[in-house]
Amino acid sequence: MTVQLDAPRTTAPIARRPLEPRRRGFGWGFIVKLALLALVNAVGITVILAAWRTEAWVILIASIVLLVIVDAVYLAKRALPLKYLLPGLSFLLIFQIFTLGYTGYVAFTNYGSGHAGSMEQAVEAALIQGEQRVEGAATYPLAIVQRGDELGFAIVDDGGVRVGSELEPLSEAGGASLDDDRPVDVPGWEVLPRAAVLSDPELQERVVNLRVAVSDDPEDGSIRTRDGTSGSIYSSTLSWDEQAMTISDSETGLVYAADDRGNFVAQDGSRLAAGWYVPVGFDNFVRAFTDTALAAPLFEVTLWTFAFAILTVLSSFGLGLLFAIIYNDPRVRARKLLRTLFILPYAFPAFMSALLWRGMLNSEFGVINDLFFFGADINWLGDPFLAKFAVLWVNLWLSFPYWFLVCTGALQALPGETLEAATIDGAGPWRRFRSIILPLLLVSTAPLAIASFAFNFNNFTIIYMLTGGGPAFPSSSSGLGSTDILISAIYQISGVAGGTADYGLASALSIIVFIVIGVISALAFRQTRKLEEYQ
Amino acid sequence: MTTTAPAPRDARPPRGPRPAAAPADSRAPARRRRFWAEVGWKYPVAALIIFYAVFPLVYVLSAAFNPRGSLAGSSALFSAVSVDNFAALGETRYWNWMINTLYIGGASAIGAVLMGAAAAYAFSRFRFTGRRASLTGLLIIQMFPQTVAFVAVFLLLLALGQVVPILGINSTVALICVYLGGALGANTFLMYGFFNSIPTEIDESAKIDGASHAQIFWRIIMPLVTPVLAVVALLAFIASFGDFILARIVLTSEENWTLAVGMYQWVSNQLTSRWGLFAAGAVLASIPVFVLFLSLQRYIVGGLTQGAVKG
Repeated sequence: MTVQLDAPRTTAPIARRPLEPRRRGFGWGFIVKLALLALVNAVGITVILAAWRTEAWVILIASIVLLVIVDAVYLAKRALPLKYLLPGLSFLLIFQIFTLGYTGYVAFTNYGSGHAGSMEQAVEAALIQGEQRVEGAATYPLAIVQRGDELGFAIVDDGGVRVGSELEPLSEAGGASLDDDRPVDVPGWEVLPRAAVLSDPELQERVVNLRVAVSDDPEDGSIRTRDGTSGSIYSSTLSWDEQAMTISDSETGLVYAADDRGNFVAQDGSRLAAGWYVPVGFDNFVRAFTDTALAAPLFEVTLWTFAFAILTVLSSFGLGLLFAIIYNDPRVRARKLLRTLFILPYAFPAFMSALLWRGMLNSEFGVINDLFFFGADINWLGDPFLAKFAVLWVNLWLSFPYWFLVCTGALQALPGETLEAATIDGAGPWRRFRSIILPLLLVSTAPLAIASFAFNFNNFTIIYMLTGGGPAFPSSSSGLGSTDILISAIYQISGVAGGTADYGLASALSIIVFIVIGVISALAFRQTRKLEEYQ
Repeated sequence: MTTTAPAPRDARPPRGPRPAAAPADSRAPARRRRFWAEVGWKYPVAALIIFYAVFPLVYVLSAAFNPRGSLAGSSALFSAVSVDNFAALGETRYWNWMINTLYIGGASAIGAVLMGAAAAYAFSRFRFTGRRASLTGLLIIQMFPQTVAFVAVFLLLLALGQVVPILGINSTVALICVYLGGALGANTFLMYGFFNSIPTEIDESAKIDGASHAQIFWRIIMPLVTPVLAVVALLAFIASFGDFILARIVLTSEENWTLAVGMYQWVSNQLTSRWGLFAAGAVLASIPVFVLFLSLQRYIVGGLTQGAVKG
C-alpha cells in the first residue's frame, strides 16, 4: 500500500528534470564504476601473481577467468542483467557451488590425516620427518630474526654472518654486526631478543619447527635449533628418486615405493607416515555402510536425525497452530502483549538458548531439577532417552513461537466469507478446522514446514551446544553419541576441529545428507503444488 | 449474503434462544459461564504458555545479576543483585568477540543486501535468456545449505590461504566471504517478490526522462524497497550472529572468535564456574537482537510467508 502511495512522490523530481541527451560515460556514476573496476583489477592481478608464485594452478586459472569476465561484463554495453547478477553470482560460484562440487570430489578420495596433500608435498614432508642431526657437525651461534611475518635465522660462520629463512637458503649478510659472537644487527631484518622468544609459546613452536636450508642443494641439509641460541645442520637420511618414484633410507637400507593408495610402502610392509590423497572410488561410501565400528552407530544416528527433524516440525507446528487458533480471538484482550511474550524465545539467539538450557538441565546444579523436581538428581543430558527428550523439548521451546507467528499471519489472511458460509451450513468448529482452515493454511505454510524440516535435519547448533551429541554410545570407538544427528556426526568424523581427520568419509556422508534433503524437498514441493491446485 | 456492518471475523452468530429472552436474574451467571467456556479459559492457558516461554529468560536475567557467578546456587531467582558479572566481562575477551561479531555480521548483512537487491532487480526488471533457468537453479541451490559442505569450505580456505593469506583460515574476511556465498540463494526470492510488487511504469517514465538503468536502480527502486532491505539485512545479521559451525572452523585464534564460538568455549569447559559470566554476556548480547526483532517482526513474518521459499 505504502509503496504505491510513495511512488509518485519519489519520481516527481526526476520527472521534472529537463530531458538530457544520453550522454553516458562522464557522470559521477562512471567515475565510481571506473574506480571500482580498477580496484577489482588490482586485487585480481595481485591474486593471479600470488597464485603463479605459489604454483596454485586451479586458483590461477579460476581468477584469470573471473577477472576477464568481470572486465568484459562491466566494460561492454551489452549483458545488462549480468552487471547486476555478477557480484552475487561470483560469490555463489566460489563459496557455494564450488564447495558443493568439491565435497563430491573429496568424497571419492582418501583425503585426511596422513593423506593431506599432493605427492610432491608428501615427499617433502617425508624428507623433513626423516631429518636427523648430522653426527659430529659443527654448531653455530644463532639469532632469531624477523621480517614482517617471516621468521629466519642469522648464524655466525667463520666470523661472517649468514642469514636465511624458510623460503630462502642462507646467504651472506653484508654489514651485520656481532656482539659477543652473536648477531645483533642484521640489515633488512629485525633481531628478536631472546626474552621475546622465551615468553611467547607460539613463537617458540615456530622457531623449533623452522628449517633454513644451508644452500640450494637439499642434500646439504638445513639449520635447525632447539634452544634458539645455537643451530646445527640436520639432514635427511631419506632420499627421493623421482624416476623410480621411490624413497630410500640410507640408514636402514629400506626402499619405499609409491603405491596406488597414496602411501610409500617398503617391501617388509612398513610405510612412511606421510602420504598423499588419491581417488578411491566408492570406498568411503562402502565403509560407511559396512565398517563394523561405524555402520551401527551411523544407522542409529540416521534414524534419530529423521525422528528429530520430523518430531520437531510436527510438535512446534502443532503447538504454534493451536496457540494461533486459540488467541486469534478478538474477544481475548491484550492479544498484542500476549503475542509479544509468546515469541520472546524466538528472538533470543538460538546458540545462547541451547547453552542456557544446558545449564538449566544440569543434573547437579540445574534449576530444572532444583525447582521443579524438588532437587531430584535427574540426569537429563546423561541418559540416552532423557537427552533425546531434552533436545526435543528445547527445540520446541525455540521454534513454537515461529509457527505461532506464521500461523497467526496465515489465519488472518483466510477468507472470512468461506468460514461464514460453512457456519451457516451447520459446520461445527472441528469440521470447519479440518475441512477449511487446515487445507487453506497448509497451502501457505507447507513450503515453510519443508524448509523447517530441512533446517532441523542439519540443526548442528542445538545438538552441539546442548548435548554435544552425547551421551556417547557404549561399546563403540566411533566417538558418536545417542543425540548426534548426521551433521554433528560428520563434524566429529571430519576432524576439522582437531584429532584424526577423515575428510573423505565426512564428505561422503555430506553427499548422503544432500541426497536425502534433495529427494525430500523435491517430493514435498510436488506435494505442495498439488495442495495449491485445490485453491 | 451481504454484511452491512463489519463484523469481527471470528465472531460466532448467537446460537439457540437469545439470552435476552431469559429471566433477568439468571442472566448474569449464564453469561459468566459462557464467558469462561469461550474466552475466560484462554487467560490461564496463556499464563502457562508465558511461563514456558519466559521462565528461561527470567532465569538467565537473574543469573546475570547473581553475584555468586556459578551455576550452583543460582536457582533462587533474584536472591541477590549485583553487577559483578557484567564488570567481570571486561576481564575476558567478551568485548573483543562482540566487536568481531558485529563486524562480521554487519559486513555480511550489507553485502547480502547489495548483492541480493542487485540480483532481484535483474530478475524482476530484465527479460533475458536463461532467466527462468537461473531462478530455478537458485531455488534448488538454496536447498543445499553451506553448513553441510563445511569440510569443502575448510579445504577451500586452506588452499586459498596459501595464495592470499587474507582469504585463508583464521581470517574474518574469509568468513564474511563464505557467508556472502550464501547471500544470493537465501535472499533473492524474498526480494524478488517485493521488487515485482513495484509497478514497472515508474521505471519506464524515468527511462523516458533519460535516466540510466543504474540511476533507476539506486535512486528509484532502492528507496522504494527499503523495508525488504531492512528485513534481509536483519536476517543475514542474525544468521551470522547465530552461526557456530563455520565460524568455529574458520576462526582459529581466540582474538578472532565470534560470540558463538567464544561463549561456547566458556561454558563447555567450565560450565558451572563460568555461569554468571555466560548469563551476563547472553543478556547483553541479546538486547539489541530483541529490540531489532520485535520492532521488525511484522515485516519478517510477512516476508517469510509471502516469498521466502516459494518460487
